Amino acid sequence: MPQTIHFQYTVPGDDFTRAGEASSSVKKALKKIGINPEVIRKVAIAMYEGEINMVIHAGGGSIDVDITPDEVRMVLVDHGPGIANIDLAMQEGWSTAPDDVRSLGFGAGMGLPNMKKCSDDMTVESVVGQGTTVRMTVLCH
Amino acid sequence: MSQFFHSVTLDRDLCRGCINCIKRCPTEAIRVRDGKAKILSDRCIDCGECIRVCPHHAKKPLFDPLSIMDQYQYRVALPAPALYGQFNNLDDPDLILNALLGMGFDDVFEVARAAEIVSDATRKLMSEGLLTRPVISSACPTVTRLIRVRFPDLIENILPLLPPVEIAARMAKKAAMEKTGLPAEAIGAIFISPCPAKVTAVKMPLGTRQSYIDGVVAIRDVYPPMLHFMKEVKEPRELSSAGRMGLGWGSSGGEAAALLNDRYLAADGIENVIKVLEDLEDEKLGDLDFVELNACSGGCVGGVLTVENPYIAKAKLKRIRKYLPVSCNRVGDAIPRYAKFDTDIQYEPVLQLDENITVAMEKLSEIETIANAFKGLDCGACGAPSCRALAEDVVRGYGSPDDCVFLLRDRMKTLADSIAQLEHHIPKQFNDPFGDSQK
Ligand SMILES: Nc1ncnc2c1ncn2[C@@H]1O[C@H](COP(=O)(O)OP(=O)(O)OP(=O)(O)O)[C@@H](O)[C@H]1O
Ligand SMILES: [Mg+2]
Repeated sequence: MPQTIHFQYTVPGDDFTRAGEASSSVKKALKKIGINPEVIRKVAIAMYEGEINMVIHAGGGSIDVDITPDEVRMVLVDHGPGIANIDLAMQEGWSTAPDDVRSLGFGAGMGLPNMKKCSDDMTVESVVGQGTTVRMTVLCH
Repeated sequence: MSQFFHSVTLDRDLCRGCINCIKRCPTEAIRVRDGKAKILSDRCIDCGECIRVCPHHAKKPLFDPLSIMDQYQYRVALPAPALYGQFNNLDDPDLILNALLGMGFDDVFEVARAAEIVSDATRKLMSEGLLTRPVISSACPTVTRLIRVRFPDLIENILPLLPPVEIAARMAKKAAMEKTGLPAEAIGAIFISPCPAKVTAVKMPLGTRQSYIDGVVAIRDVYPPMLHFMKEVKEPRELSSAGRMGLGWGSSGGEAAALLNDRYLAADGIENVIKVLEDLEDEKLGDLDFVELNACSGGCVGGVLTVENPYIAKAKLKRIRKYLPVSCNRVGDAIPRYAKFDTDIQYEPVLQLDENITVAMEKLSEIETIANAFKGLDCGACGAPSCRALAEDVVRGYGSPDDCVFLLRDRMKTLADSIAQLEHHIPKQFNDPFGDSQK
């Protein structure tokens, strides 16, 4: 058995209805491996929120997932507008989501705070005009 | 005029002939005759208001018993999105779907999947500019029936796609035939429904000649056995393949939200729906692309066959769909034929007074005259919902002004007065036994 399983996803930015597919497929894979359900829940939520953000705010991007027996690492990279004030973006309730996705229940400004809660380690690097990279790690034990 | 089937029946023994249902009916389709409620079949739109309001439970929804499953060799459950909002603390739709298998279904096909197909197809049709704006959703059978009898000008605005459950039945049957090799008749596509109007939609579909749904069972009937089987599920099979959009259809606003277009309106509750349709007819609503209408308050979660309070169900639905992919089903390059209307919806002029306009106008002024003679209390004692309705019944030939208790009282008073007057004409010796002779 390999020590690391790697998944890579391209998240299209032109079709909002596809958002969430990547995290859904990682969730299925984790179930098959038999990872602890609580860990699956955290990974699924963290990645889902990050993936949705990429589509809503950054026009898509790519996600790399590494699964080891000890941890799940996710790296989400986009080349969108970037986040000018990361501290502000991390606050609960801060949102710039457009109206058309709000009626679907997005835009509460809870995504980044939830990602923080669900991961054991999270860093956000962002350059305005160039893009955003979010790294999250969820420990398996 | 075609014969109308309806999904509401009356238990004559329980009916006391009170006025609750006649007052509440949005199309004035109920009269009390000989002490019992009577539905005017051509006017009923299956909204379920009378079922909800009857304090004696005399109005009963019609649907199939769970045993309908036994009639089919291979049975596919078609769970409505509203079903997902009925359970506590649930984050995983697969538990619900696996419980349905536990109950004896051989397979499930989520109606939410077909809902996503309708959403995708609607987005396509709207972006191609092929539809009359504002587009009115076609999913609620009560709304399409209401438009058909009361708002003929809006028929062309109805989205020409079949309701999700109908599409789901078609897709499910096709898939089951391919999988099992069984003929269509051996496969039962059974809808797990929040509302009895769907029974009518199966027996008398609008927009298509024939429905592929084989049975309509009530959410409230499957709920107790499902609770049991949900506990039994250890390793749920992966069955769920609908997303946030599809499940969202279960409550008001969900269909509209899935269009990713701000210019929409979503109204629910039959009274509100009627107001919106009236404003649409008068072109009062300005620049809208889409109008979602649900006859039940809260949307399908408010159907009379559900168990949970609609607003609580809405909150639960929100929870269970929170981390689902936005959508999992799409139409591809072309909208499949089985998703489209294959017949037009025809205006049913049941409320029109006469086919001939001159005659209709005469009747209308006659109604005015008669109605003006009534007190305007709308007491309902005559068995009609309002004084105007009674006046109309009189002109249509199925009521009499004497049905009005106040007119009757006035007539009795006049009669009593004339009797009193006549009394004066009776010779005194007969009139007063203690008269002159006693002195
Ligand atoms: N990848 C990104 N690129 C650019 N901006 C982003 C990105 N991710 C988040 N943001 C900004 O940070 C804000 C807060 O994000 P967060 O996920 O917390 O809330 P939201 O996406 O607006 O709403 P919710 O996640 O509750 O649906 C966003 O509104 C957006 O302005
Ligand atoms: Mg977000």
